[in-house]
Amino acid sequence: MPEPLLRVESLTKSFGGFVALDNISIDIRKGERFGLIGPNGSGKTTLVNCISGALRPSRGTVSLGGEDLTSLPPNVRARRGIARSFQIPRPFRSMTVLENLMVALDFAAGRGVLESAAHRRDAAMSILTRIGLAPKAGSLATALTQVDLRKMELARALAMGPKLLISDEAMAGLSHSEVDEVLDLLMSLGGEDIAIIMIEHIMQAVMRFSERVMCLDAGKIIAIGAPAEVMANARVQEAYLGV
Amino acid sequence: MSRNSIAFWLGAIIFLAVTLTMTQLVRNEYPFFAGYVILQFVVLSVAWTILGGYAGYVNFGTNAFFGAGVYTAVFLAQAYEAPLGVQIAVAAVVGSLLGLGVGLMTLRMRGIFFSIATIALAIIVETTVTNWRFVGGAAGIQLQRPPVMAPFDSYVKMLFFVQALLVVASVAITRGIQNSWIGRGLHALRDDELAAECTGVPTLRLKLVACVISGALIAAGGAPAAMYLQYADPGSAFNLTTSVSVLAMALIGGTSHWIGPVIGAILLGTTQQLLAVTISSEINVLVLGIMLVLFVVGAPKGIIGLVRRSKPHGERA
Repeated sequence: MPEPLLRVESLTKSFGGFVALDNISIDIRKGERFGLIGPNGSGKTTLVNCISGALRPSRGTVSLGGEDLTSLPPNVRARRGIARSFQIPRPFRSMTVLENLMVALDFAAGRGVLESAAHRRDAAMSILTRIGLAPKAGSLATALTQVDLRKMELARALAMGPKLLISDEAMAGLSHSEVDEVLDLLMSLGGEDIAIIMIEHIMQAVMRFSERVMCLDAGKIIAIGAPAEVMANARVQEAYLGV
Repeated sequence: MSRNSIAFWLGAIIFLAVTLTMTQLVRNEYPFFAGYVILQFVVLSVAWTILGGYAGYVNFGTNAFFGAGVYTAVFLAQAYEAPLGVQIAVAAVVGSLLGLGVGLMTLRMRGIFFSIATIALAIIVETTVTNWRFVGGAAGIQLQRPPVMAPFDSYVKMLFFVQALLVVASVAITRGIQNSWIGRGLHALRDDELAAECTGVPTLRLKLVACVISGALIAAGGAPAAMYLQYADPGSAFNLTTSVSVLAMALIGGTSHWIGPVIGAILLGTTQQLLAVTISSEINVLVLGIMLVLFVVGAPKGIIGLVRRSKPHGERA
């Protein structure tokens, strides 16, 4: 196997006496679609926070493309290529949709690549067009509906030009057709060599999306592999589906 | 240059031309004496807005930076008889260093904790100066003005024009920040610091930059006050009322655009000057408090918020 894009090695995170993540190791390759499941409180978001840098792990390392990121702050990790959306959307509320994307283009995508502000604006507009938010480019982020907010978070993450995109329950609270819409969008990104970690409770979406699925329970990996295998696993069914 | 920039610089040149002409034509010194204070507050509240408005880090330590500027000028005048320009330039450097130090110590705190830390800082700086004999200590110090320079016929008129120059400098810098990627980054971290970090915004570094520039401008704006009053003492140089006034002016004007603190400072500064003449200088604080309450309740985004309500996404100039 070639050098993985993301390597998480024996990652442990404890809050006081509570061990939220216990010795987690995973490799994710370039362009991989990776599903992350597990019951509430199993440590999914904690893992995402450790990868994106919002939390420092108690032990273990996180590296991207061979570079150790463990001691770097989130903004540096973002510029190295890790983008994420949040479980509860966190837009920049005083800004328009376009300006939200401009933050990503100004800071994460590297000003060297898109030199002039006009270029960056065009890049933002083309991402918005692709995601279907172009008509809302001038609206304030606070005026968006839930589904549009989720889309905007994905658009903002894409504007960063990421190598790895972590989508933390981007489909929670969306209708059937909206789930399909967001899912199609995420699927199309794999073709561009962007690896995606998708945290999701909607099983149908996970099964359709993922090349590999990992199930966490109480901070431990209880199964990892092809979606069908993981879903058939007795421990997964017990922990996650309560069967 | 964009059309906006041309309009801005044209306005700045006209403003300077008018203030300069006034100093040549108007005989009475009083308008300059009062006008100086108003211009000084424009500088302070515009500078305050960089950190307090754009970044959303409410600094109650304006008086520390202001006093540092005053006492830098006092020290330079006493030790080296340094000219006014040097006093202001060195004050800016001292203010920026103070900003850097404060930033490193406090900017990891958020919200009210940051604000309290800035008050503590002001007390520390004031205590230090109070115990520094060379600049007069607690008793204060009398200062001799050097002879006035041409084309001005009085020192107060000259200081008035110098403060007008500082207004243009501070507004230009603040406007530059607002329209650049720095401004966008500050707005992003004000809206949501974690989301900003995860979008690649180096939040700590940007906050430090904001604190350094804001501190430098406030100290520069304070430096001429030593020669203006020909006297300095820690109690008035580090007066907490300065902080409260500056904060009130910025909030009443509105902090999302540089024009907000300019409007707020002119409005409140003029009101204060009028009240000081007609009633008493003590009533200032009361008026300040009442206006602040009215605006917080009625127009939380300040005067520019009221104006913008009719057109929600006005151009950012």
